[in-house]
Amino acid sequence: MNDPIIQNRIQYIAIICSIGLLFFIFELTRRKKIREQYSLLWLFFSIIFVVLSIWRNGLDAFAKLVGIIYAPSALFLILVLAIFLILIQFSIIISRLTEENKKLSQEIGLLKLEINEIKNNSTHSGSINS
Amino acid sequence: MALKILIIIPAFNEEHIITNVITNLHKKNSKWKLLVINDGSTDKTKEFAESTGLAKVINLPFQVGIGSCVQTGFIYATNNNFDYAIQFDGDGQHRVCEIEKLLANVESGKADVVNGSRFCNKNKKYKPTFLRSIGIKIFEILNSILIKQKITDNTSGFRAYNKKAIYFLSENYPTDYPEPEVIILLGRNGFKIKEIFVDMNQRSGGTSSIHGFYSIYYMVKVFLSIILTFIRPRIYNKKQTEENV
Repeated sequence: MNDPIIQNRIQYIAIICSIGLLFFIFELTRRKKIREQYSLLWLFFSIIFVVLSIWRNGLDAFAKLVGIIYAPSALFLILVLAIFLILIQFSIIISRLTEENKKLSQEIGLLKLEINEIKNNSTHSGSINS
Repeated sequence: MALKILIIIPAFNEEHIITNVITNLHKKNSKWKLLVINDGSTDKTKEFAESTGLAKVINLPFQVGIGSCVQTGFIYATNNNFDYAIQFDGDGQHRVCEIEKLLANVESGKADVVNGSRFCNKNKKYKPTFLRSIGIKIFEILNSILIKQKITDNTSGFRAYNKKAIYFLSENYPTDYPEPEVIILLGRNGFKIKEIFVDMNQRSGGTSSIHGFYSIYYMVKVFLSIILTFIRPRIYNKKQTEENV
């Protein structure tokens, strides 16, 4: 485990992956596949991952700060936190969409009825006039 | 001017019975306006309901669930300035002859909402299964404590509402097994609820939407909703709305 080559290798992989993630999210946002407001949490956490993968002592410092003995588990903590926050954001968005969806369908139902009534009235009055 | 009365009939896949429901209501009192809200039925409910020519039919573009379905009726009633509304199931479970009993109690001003209950009478024809009767009892106790009004049949979908309640519910109506929540919501916001005994028919078709796994989900969901509704601040400002109505 203390083999510096292996340690370096995992760091390179971490750097490549986190920069890849950052770029991927950025690209999706640029192409408007993700709205800016929904990409913020993703971007925020991918930047954190980039920073932590480059600056190795940063993770150690953070682990010490929150009282984690084995520094790599601090990474999992941050990861889980990121996933939680993003999923909670999804739940909020889904609930809002459901509510809006409901209102739209109600409006559509009411409008269809009104349109039918207007149509019927106009054909009736039309036949009376002619 | 005569009072305007709307019968709100939520219907999901009720082609076998919806024509009967509509014609029976019309026969009973042709002055009642009938509004069928077809909750995205996949059968011929829409065609059968429309072909009677006796009811207005609102067709929702897809199934939105009973709560939002009924709420559409309240929105319609508000937009068209109805004085009273009756919620009447499209599955033939409710009896036309009981409507006037419900109506009389809102019309007299004794209550804002009248709940048709299968249970508030010793003469019990309706026998729920053991587990269901426990659930019913839990909600009875919970709701009665929280709103200080005794409500025995929290899951009844047979109710009468006055204008104040119609207006309120058009803006606030829970979704997903909404009936017990509506009681809490109304009680919490100062509406007077009265319960009277009604006889109901056995289901002529279809099964209860609450069975198996869903009964657990139902209990947990409704329990949570009731507690939350109780905790949330009141929505309804009595003085304000009375001035408007």
